[in-house]
Amino acid sequence: MSSREEIVAGLAAILEEVAGVNPADVSEEKSFTEDLDIDSLSMVEVVVAAEEKFGVKIPDDQVQNLKTVGDAVSYIVANA
Amino acid sequence: MTGSRVISLGHYQPSRVVTNDELAQIVDTSDEWIRDRVGIQQRRIAADGETVADMAGIAAEKALAGSGLSATDIDMVIVATCSSVDRCPNVASRVAAHLGIAAPAAMDLNTACSGFSYALATADHAIRAGAAHNAIVVGAEKLSDLTDWTDRTTCILFGDGAGAAVVRATADGEEPGVGPVVWGSAPDKKDTLKIEGWRPYIWQEGQAVFRWATTAIPPIALQACERAGVDPSEIAAFVAHQANARIIDGIAKRLNLTNAIIAKDIVESGNTSAASIPLALSKLVERREVPSGAPVLLMGFGGGLTYSGQVIRCP
Repeated sequence: MSSREEIVAGLAAILEEVAGVNPADVSEEKSFTEDLDIDSLSMVEVVVAAEEKFGVKIPDDQVQNLKTVGDAVSYIVANA
Repeated sequence: MTGSRVISLGHYQPSRVVTNDELAQIVDTSDEWIRDRVGIQQRRIAADGETVADMAGIAAEKALAGSGLSATDIDMVIVATCSSVDRCPNVASRVAAHLGIAAPAAMDLNTACSGFSYALATADHAIRAGAAHNAIVVGAEKLSDLTDWTDRTTCILFGDGAGAAVVRATADGEEPGVGPVVWGSAPDKKDTLKIEGWRPYIWQEGQAVFRWATTAIPPIALQACERAGVDPSEIAAFVAHQANARIIDGIAKRLNLTNAIIAKDIVESGNTSAASIPLALSKLVERREVPSGAPVLLMGFGGGLTYSGQVIRCP
């Protein structure tokens, strides 16, 4: 099990790869769409990469609940 | 064993160009947003009285003209479409009548956006079985009839047009030019893309379809290469269904197509469903961007959800 910090770092790497987000800008309170400018299709790519990286299943109907980086971290902690 | 080859192509698009700026006048969108999300700069929209059969007929006529065959040689016409309003006579019969083909097997095939690849495989199988010798395979759509022009999430996507191929039986000793099809469907996801009811409009769960297309389709495309005995590095052109430039890029990235031209006709044509693959392919060949005989990977995917792919030799 990774720590929350490690998951944030992992998500930051994915966000950089998918959408060119600066990893230094990624923290738990940031909103994917509002703060990090991740559009709906990039969010799908982030989710798919996160599934592979963290060994979780994130169904389509859960994606809309992941508003912030922290939401994603909590989901991964709870479901990995 | 007899196989088949694609020997010529043709395409037709309506003359009316609709730009992103024009759409921004009728729904809340912008040129920048559309280019960024889906990679479309413009699309062609058919005139009011212009039908799927009209467009299919013109594309088929062009393909036939380039084939060296005459109408009397054609014994099968298959039209892939999901947007023909008329049910009977089917589009294939209308195309046959337009071309003066006397008595072909004539059928329409609806697997939405994967239709052309399904139809090409069906023609190939008919030829292999000896049930046909020279076929015309068309993908034609008038999606503007099925578009909700008040829905900014969908109306920016679609266009009208047609593409066609002439497919003939191989001669003795000649290598087949249409590789084995890898086709199937995902019925568990049937409700993610719908054109239902009367009158029907296209509706989709964009994120779910995007996810399926970028994750489920690459292994299918690789399987099509494998079944054709072609390494992905040998593919000269990748002609995927022109759904969204980001889907095309997402799939291509996972295939390691190091030497392939990636068809991006979506930029100037939008998503034309079953017409998109033959339209894009016909334009690549017309511009002589792919050498004759080079392997081209076709990959259709869309409503159903359905998918179908094969490697063909460029005419």
